[in-house]
Amino acid sequence: MGQRTRPEDNAVTLTLRNIAKTYPGGNRALFPIDLDVAEGEIVSLLGPSGCGKTTLLRIIAGLETADSGAEIRFKGENMAALPVERRQVGMVFQSYALFPNMSVRGNIGYGLKMQGLPRAQIDARVDEVISLCRLEPCAGRAISALSGGQRQRVALARAFAPRPRLLLLDEPLSALDAVLRGALSDELAALLRAFGITAIFVTHDQDEAMALADRLAVMSQGRVAQIGTPEALYRSPETSLVARFFGNALPLGGRIEGAMLHLPGGSLPLAAPAMGKLAFVRAEDVKLAPDGPVTARVKAVTFLGTHYRIAFTGAAADELFCLHQGTSAPRPGETARLTISPQSILTLNPEKSVA
Amino acid sequence: MRIGKVLQLSVTLLAAAFLLVPTIMSVLAGLTVNYFQGVRSGLTLQWVVKVWELYAGSIFLSLGLALACLAVTLVIGVPAAYALAHNPGRASRAVEEFISLPLAIPGLALALALLQLYGSYRGFRLSWTFILVGHVLYTLPFMVRSVQSVLAAIDLKTLEEGAASLGAGPARRFVDIVVPNALPGILAGALTVVMLSIGEFNLTWMLHTPYLKTLPVGLADSYASMRLEIASAYTLIFFVMIVPLLLAMQWASARAQRITQ
Amino acid sequence: MAFLPLAIARLILASGEGEAGWAIYQQILQTPRYLISLIQTVLVSLAVTIAALAVSTTAGLFLTRNRFRGRSVLLSILTLPLAFPGVVVGFMIILLGGRQGLFNTVFPGQVVFAYSIFGLFLGYLYFSIPRVLLTVMAAAEKIDPAREEAARTLGAPPHLVARDLLFPALAPALIAAGEIAFATAMGVFGTAFTLATNIDVLPMVIYTEFTSSANIAMAAALSVMLGMVTRAILFVARSFTGATVVAGG
Repeated sequence: MGQRTRPEDNAVTLTLRNIAKTYPGGNRALFPIDLDVAEGEIVSLLGPSGCGKTTLLRIIAGLETADSGAEIRFKGENMAALPVERRQVGMVFQSYALFPNMSVRGNIGYGLKMQGLPRAQIDARVDEVISLCRLEPCAGRAISALSGGQRQRVALARAFAPRPRLLLLDEPLSALDAVLRGALSDELAALLRAFGITAIFVTHDQDEAMALADRLAVMSQGRVAQIGTPEALYRSPETSLVARFFGNALPLGGRIEGAMLHLPGGSLPLAAPAMGKLAFVRAEDVKLAPDGPVTARVKAVTFLGTHYRIAFTGAAADELFCLHQGTSAPRPGETARLTISPQSILTLNPEKSVA
Repeated sequence: MRIGKVLQLSVTLLAAAFLLVPTIMSVLAGLTVNYFQGVRSGLTLQWVVKVWELYAGSIFLSLGLALACLAVTLVIGVPAAYALAHNPGRASRAVEEFISLPLAIPGLALALALLQLYGSYRGFRLSWTFILVGHVLYTLPFMVRSVQSVLAAIDLKTLEEGAASLGAGPARRFVDIVVPNALPGILAGALTVVMLSIGEFNLTWMLHTPYLKTLPVGLADSYASMRLEIASAYTLIFFVMIVPLLLAMQWASARAQRITQ
Repeated sequence: MAFLPLAIARLILASGEGEAGWAIYQQILQTPRYLISLIQTVLVSLAVTIAALAVSTTAGLFLTRNRFRGRSVLLSILTLPLAFPGVVVGFMIILLGGRQGLFNTVFPGQVVFAYSIFGLFLGYLYFSIPRVLLTVMAAAEKIDPAREEAARTLGAPPHLVARDLLFPALAPALIAAGEIAFATAMGVFGTAFTLATNIDVLPMVIYTEFTSSANIAMAAALSVMLGMVTRAILFVARSFTGATVVAGG
């Protein structure tokens, strides 16, 4: 039994039902998952390594088979029985998998060649995609002469050129260095929207997910924990896993009585009674306040350019971090007073322990 | 370490001389009118011509066998290497060990075994295909290993998935992706197979018949019964065939090696 | 490919099909001629393995670590014999040490060694040097010079650096090369055929049994014996050197 989702607008293009994967030997990589994706939507599968996101992507592509009973419907037509060569899904691999024995044009045109199109048509389409991805300067080069960013664009162009029904991307930016990643992330987002194609991509990087996706599905241990827009997941996480993974919420510990949270360093009011729940907060919501209700000792201060990151002890059960914007910060060893607004305290049900 | 260096250099040069001097002697002897008198007696091609008259058949047979051996090892070896690279696992390693068995057995024993098994099929026994079988058994592991090491180095699986996602079926993938990228390994393997087949003696000597003499068998014959000049001239012809092959093989192997780095 | 295990099995069976049946193996051990040739084969192979390792390691290290003009020519010369069949190698030794050979002409008199056990030894050495050389060089190229530099900054003199770092690092390659050299020398036929008019090495004996005496069972049995003795010696060598490698840490 998976979670059902209904996108608010646009016709549903891709319907996944009952996708599960059990490996011989009993290891369950995926518990039954249902998912709907709208036309032109970009969905991200986000989660730590081993959560099953890549397995799910490869099942959609046809590179792995799901347990029986799975349905992969594209506009109603069930693709689950088709081999990968006939599914018409474009895939961008983490290592790009560019063919070293062909040129850039050869790579991009390969899918069209497989479709049996005449030479002239192939050339025209390849030119079109090359200009769309701004690859003119590299068009004549060999694969080995390309930079990381160029390879990524060639991989994307190659997957997109045969006009696939769906575009799948496996960690599209992870092979690039940090500087390049930021720049290319925006470019990739722009390209995907310009293509107007339905896309699903896998990543373990929250920033990448937030930059590119219309909706995110946070996955953990073979299940979808929550799915929604980036803002919805950020502001209203449904489980502590989602809160911790997406947005780095910190557990506060302490004791909740009614609508008050009692911490070792002081007590804070909550937005609503939350008996039996756990409290979390994000570092940017912890504020220094000269008359705040929580007292703490400064353990370490790190200057990060746009803000200070201050580590406090004694306020919560463990270390508490605060992101402080300002021109000065307290020093290690000093005492400080903190406050957190009631709306910023996330109260979530405790995680069910995994059997 | 000065003394050490000098010592090392001397050993190296001595070894090289040990290996080189007789080859030069042999080349000269094959071209000299009279070996006893040395180069003073003049240079001539008469011995080379004599060798051709006596042994042309064996030279052609060796060439033919080498090419046939190459064809068979290509047809069996390349797909086999592909299958092995595709399924890394215990079964594959067992198959690999199995294919490499002929290397562990002295040619002599291998020949005896083949004779035992198939010697009674007279037609087969007397045909050149019998020798071919021995050559293929001996050279196949070299082809398979050469291709396999290149395939293993290029992340074949992901490339094939890429091609499959673009619509290429298994046969197309083999032609468009596997073979072109395995080419350096195939080339190195091919040159090795041809070289080994031309020079193969241990196995072939046991399997040959008076009508089926290969080049090395002819060489043994000439060493035993012909005058030195003819034996040397025959050896010279052999060198002329084998040295370019060896150099080409070393170049091709270095190229394939660079890929595996 | 079904040839092989079938063939080997057939060989083993054949060895038992002679008049003496399986007792043929006992017969071998009791016949001086066979026993002596077996021992001679082992001794020559061992001697060649050690000599080839010594020469090729020296030359291999030298060539890997020094670049100079003519290096690639030297390398080609040293690897040329890889392509020579055993008979050609035998011929090379005859040219050096036969009655009309180089040494006999330069030092006229009695320097005819080609047909002696020394000639056989040289012949085996001739084709073993290139093989061992290639393996040693491949391994030597992979050794990280930075480790030796580190040892030297810590005060180690060159010969200790060699003993403590270089040879342990080369050890696996040397062992592998030595094994191949030994196994090859045990089974070599062509060179022995050309040179060994007076000497019996086991492959020659096998050949004679098969062709002259048509004693198939004996030939098969001797082949099996050859294979087993080779494997046994390799096994002993491996467990011995394996232990020292581990102990050397």
